[in-house]
Amino acid sequence: MRADDRISPLPAVTPAPAPPQAMVVVDQVSKSFWRRGTAALQTCSLQVPSNEIVCVIGPSGCGKTTLLRIVDGLIPVDSGRVLINGIEVAAPRPDVAMVFQHVGLLPWKTASDNVAYGLRLQGRSEREVSDTIARYIDLVGLRGFESAYPYQLSGGMQQRVGLARALAVNPTVLLMDEPFGSLDAQTRELMQEELLRVWRSQPKTMIFVTHSIDEAIILGGRVALMTRRPGRIKEVIDVNLPRPRDPEAVRRSPRYLEMREHIWHELKVEVGGRALS
Amino acid sequence: MSVVADQNRPGQRRREGAGTPSPAMVRVLSVVVGLVAWEVYGRAVHSVILTYPSAVVRAAYELVRAGELQFYLQSSVVVLVLGLASAVAVGIPLGILMGRRAIIEHAFDPYVNALYATPLVAAIPVIVVWFGFQTTAKVILVFLFCVFPVLINTFQGVKNTDARLVEVARSFCSSEWRLWRDLVLPSSVPFILAGIRLAIGRGLVGMVVAEFYTTITGLGYMIVQYANSFRMDRLFVPIVVLMLMGVGLTGVLRRLERRIAPWLQVPQEE
Repeated sequence: MRADDRISPLPAVTPAPAPPQAMVVVDQVSKSFWRRGTAALQTCSLQVPSNEIVCVIGPSGCGKTTLLRIVDGLIPVDSGRVLINGIEVAAPRPDVAMVFQHVGLLPWKTASDNVAYGLRLQGRSEREVSDTIARYIDLVGLRGFESAYPYQLSGGMQQRVGLARALAVNPTVLLMDEPFGSLDAQTRELMQEELLRVWRSQPKTMIFVTHSIDEAIILGGRVALMTRRPGRIKEVIDVNLPRPRDPEAVRRSPRYLEMREHIWHELKVEVGGRALS
Repeated sequence: MSVVADQNRPGQRRREGAGTPSPAMVRVLSVVVGLVAWEVYGRAVHSVILTYPSAVVRAAYELVRAGELQFYLQSSVVVLVLGLASAVAVGIPLGILMGRRAIIEHAFDPYVNALYATPLVAAIPVIVVWFGFQTTAKVILVFLFCVFPVLINTFQGVKNTDARLVEVARSFCSSEWRLWRDLVLPSSVPFILAGIRLAIGRGLVGMVVAEFYTTITGLGYMIVQYANSFRMDRLFVPIVVLMLMGVGLTGVLRRLERRIAPWLQVPQEE
């Protein structure tokens, strides 16, 4: 019997206890965009413990990306605050890196120059840069493609470059904005395994925004459910599956099915109101 | 094309390949035919009205042997290069500034729009009054002819910079200067090069017109001089040289574009 199977039977889906000292604290954050006239986030709170992966899931347009951009310091809050390691976020910080949904590689730079982008901006020595990029190119399995331009790489490979670029600056906090959303199902599962492997070798505090319930359970230590716009964290579920995780085994476990059903139910309530439930 | 022809397409294409000459062949043939026609017609007309290609070649040979062509060409090239270089040196940074800072954009764009719309030929007497007949005046004129396409295209390129990439740069804590270098400038390169290509054409016009007015040296001076003395064969020499300069410089720029912006080759590779 596998460890995964022995977890059940569990009571019900357990709400996560408040973490003792969170690395990222989103405290009562509200944000609205004057152009669209509606609130994107309303008194949204979330705590992410150090070296934990918290997956944020919610209906389309509920403000998940807005939440990440606020944590990254790219846009200011209307009210509330974000603390990283106890310090309030006012602008982008070098120890927080983001992996973008649109990848955002510079088309005129090769794969290795893209990986080096953040390091060069931090003014590291060329020697350190070349050592570091070699390590991260290896880590994401892109050896042999160092001098390829983004247009010569497949979607999955481009996203690996994006991941390596974020990891290369050795951030304490990694923000992932649906990084695998545009990949095909197989590539997506491979990338999830890859990400878990990288995370095991270099634990980071991670906020991972996704549309996929499956992805949230496979990757997350906790899953944060968001309400529909204006977004708020509705519930944080402790995934409570042992690591290292074998995604295939996880998918077969009753715990997985139970959480999946619970999250799906909650999302349906958000998307379609009570009528669907 | 008929259905029958479509049915055996490979064969059709091969027959076409053998029957119709390559584009390069057609071009060469067209030029040869044109030159021969000019030669024949030119010889039939009085030499004060029109000349013919072989006479132009002979005149060019004489002018080169006397050192006259090189002398005037050199002074023209100096004017063109200085004017174009200063237009690029001013147009690109100012274009980027206008693209990145709204206050600078709004402060400058009335002048840019007004001067770009003005036929600058009209300003030549003013320039001559202010700066005389020497190289300075001509360089300033060429500069004025060249700077606006470079400036306006750079501005457009900067405005076209992908906002998502700008956010990536901010996320990685890029300074504004690094943002220019890593993002704004490379993404504007195709626009800037197109602007410089336009500027070369306008710069050549500016150069010749300036030399018409100042009439001391340069290819423009050669043209005026030989037109006044009805030496049609010699008159055509600087004209042909100007044509070759225009074609040559534009070609060099195309090659440069392929060299410094390889990521733009994507559509051509597919």
